[in-house]
Amino acid sequence: MFSRRTILGTIAAATLLSGTTAAIAEGEYVALVSKGFQHQFWQAVQSGAEMAAEELGVKITFEGPDNETMVDKQIDMLAAALANKPAAIGFAALDSQAAIPLLRDADKAGIPIIAFDSGVDSDIPLATAATNNVAAAALAAEKMAEFIGGKGKVAVVAHDQTSRTGIERRDGFLDKIKADYPDIEVVTVQYGAGDQLKSTELTKAILTANPDLNGIFGTNEGSAIGVVNGVTEMAKEDIVIIGYDSGKAQKDAIRSGLMAGAITQNPVGIGYETVKAAVMAARGEAVDSDIDTGFYYYDADTIDDPKIAAVLYD
Amino acid sequence: MTASVDVKKEGGFLAGLIKSGAHQKLLAFASLIMLLIGFSLGSPNFMQMSNMIAILQATSVIGVLAIGVTLIIITGGIDLSIGTMMTFCAVICGVFLTYWGLPLPIGVLAGIGAGAFCGFCSGTFVAKMKIPPFIATLGMMLILKGLSLVISGTRPIYFNDTPGFDKISRGSLIGDVIPGFPIPNGVLILFLVAIGTAYVLSKTVLGRYTYALGSNEEAVRLSGVNADRWKIAIYTFAGSICGVAGVLIASRLNSAQPALGLGYELEAIAAVVIGGTSLAGGRGTILGTLIGALIMSVLTNGLRVMSVAQEWQTVATGAIIILAVYADMSRKK
Repeated sequence: MFSRRTILGTIAAATLLSGTTAAIAEGEYVALVSKGFQHQFWQAVQSGAEMAAEELGVKITFEGPDNETMVDKQIDMLAAALANKPAAIGFAALDSQAAIPLLRDADKAGIPIIAFDSGVDSDIPLATAATNNVAAAALAAEKMAEFIGGKGKVAVVAHDQTSRTGIERRDGFLDKIKADYPDIEVVTVQYGAGDQLKSTELTKAILTANPDLNGIFGTNEGSAIGVVNGVTEMAKEDIVIIGYDSGKAQKDAIRSGLMAGAITQNPVGIGYETVKAAVMAARGEAVDSDIDTGFYYYDADTIDDPKIAAVLYD
Repeated sequence: MTASVDVKKEGGFLAGLIKSGAHQKLLAFASLIMLLIGFSLGSPNFMQMSNMIAILQATSVIGVLAIGVTLIIITGGIDLSIGTMMTFCAVICGVFLTYWGLPLPIGVLAGIGAGAFCGFCSGTFVAKMKIPPFIATLGMMLILKGLSLVISGTRPIYFNDTPGFDKISRGSLIGDVIPGFPIPNGVLILFLVAIGTAYVLSKTVLGRYTYALGSNEEAVRLSGVNADRWKIAIYTFAGSICGVAGVLIASRLNSAQPALGLGYELEAIAAVVIGGTSLAGGRGTILGTLIGALIMSVLTNGLRVMSVAQEWQTVATGAIIILAVYADMSRKK
């Protein structure tokens, strides 16, 4: 029942193998296990990682599951990466808890681990290379204040109240307003799960309740687009919208002036700093435990700036 | 009557596990081993104890799922809901253990029971309500995905308050007995489920009707057997196996991840098909499925350890499925 089929399979696999043997044989090697590989964001992370690898003369591999629900696939990838005895591992945990036994194995084997994109709830990773969401959201607050002239009413449409990014972006914005702009009142914070439609409905409700609102901050791509849609559907004109991340719809909204501007993370920087820290750790050098990978504010004028355009995605 | 001929063919228990044509099965093993040798030559890091265990560990959940769906495919049906059913069972396990704080064995039984109940529902839709299996289980897939999200509040349920839960999959009874041989319990459970199901398929009435329904359902009905009832029983049994997979994955991740599961049914079905079970029904073995699942994990792991680009890994897996089925079909011509 198996004869010819499996032989064919073996031949196919063997053919695949032959071409790639040399790739990892020599030199230092860093394995990156990410949260995904086919989204623009992760490809930008990968390109940054490859840049650092080239500069430092190391090999890298970059892998991630098909989507961000596949926690167990990511664990399998981490296990396969460990088998290759890398000099260091970069890891963006989908679920910190699930990965801890393997991280312990790596630790025992003396393989340094650098967390990237989001932290891991464990003291095993030597460093975390991620966007400083608090500072990034504070910059959004500054820009908002600038646009509305330092006084008025604003609202926040956040993506959720439990995830790290959700909490940090919300609090970064709120704390900055509270500390520096006493004349600005944040009337409400609503949560739309990053869902465009949900965020649209929320925005319309906020606008109905607060007809004199001056601005809204959307804390991720879906939230920001929802805010734009809600404002458009209510035919409001003088609302200042500040968004987060990029994506085609958000970029279009910025170009057309519907949205004042947005914060973008620097995925290229995330990849670059992760590999750099991993190599330093593998070579026994000291590494900062919190690596801020940077962020930018962009608007219609700067959206095509090469430095900005490089970190935006559609 | 074809049905009775098929029933006879199943033979003894061991023969059921190995089935007819032992030389072919030996070739199957041989090709799996050839894959292993190929990858070992390709990368010095492939053939290590820890990596072999990683491969087995990666096979455990999909393998159990594939065993469950093998039963349904042998009856000539299909079950698209097994991936999200597994998740649903994991979530139910979480509700019993973490939300309600009940003892561990009750949580495990609840997970398996939830699977049996879901299987019973699918079986009823298919057998009594005459909804085609593809549609009935497509509906179940969405219902269970939704329910998992609703019940868990779209957040993972962690099992931190149930010490020992993670040992179901991550612990190693074998490693405790034979030091230096730390086969995880998840893998042990996979093999126990395989042996148990192979026993049911070859030694029990349920198994005989599984093949008979797939070979010639009309003949089974005409011979006065309550075919609907047996079909529901088979779906229920397969569902309980999905429940085992749910407990396994929850234990492995020490959490029930409510959004996970979609897509796993196709991976399991691919393993079944590579294992030589016919989608037309009436033919298939658990050993074949087990080898199919292992071939898939060895391939995925091997290509990863070889650092083959991920895009190409996907292409390779797809190509293997087509080659496998084509070779199987041309052999039978």
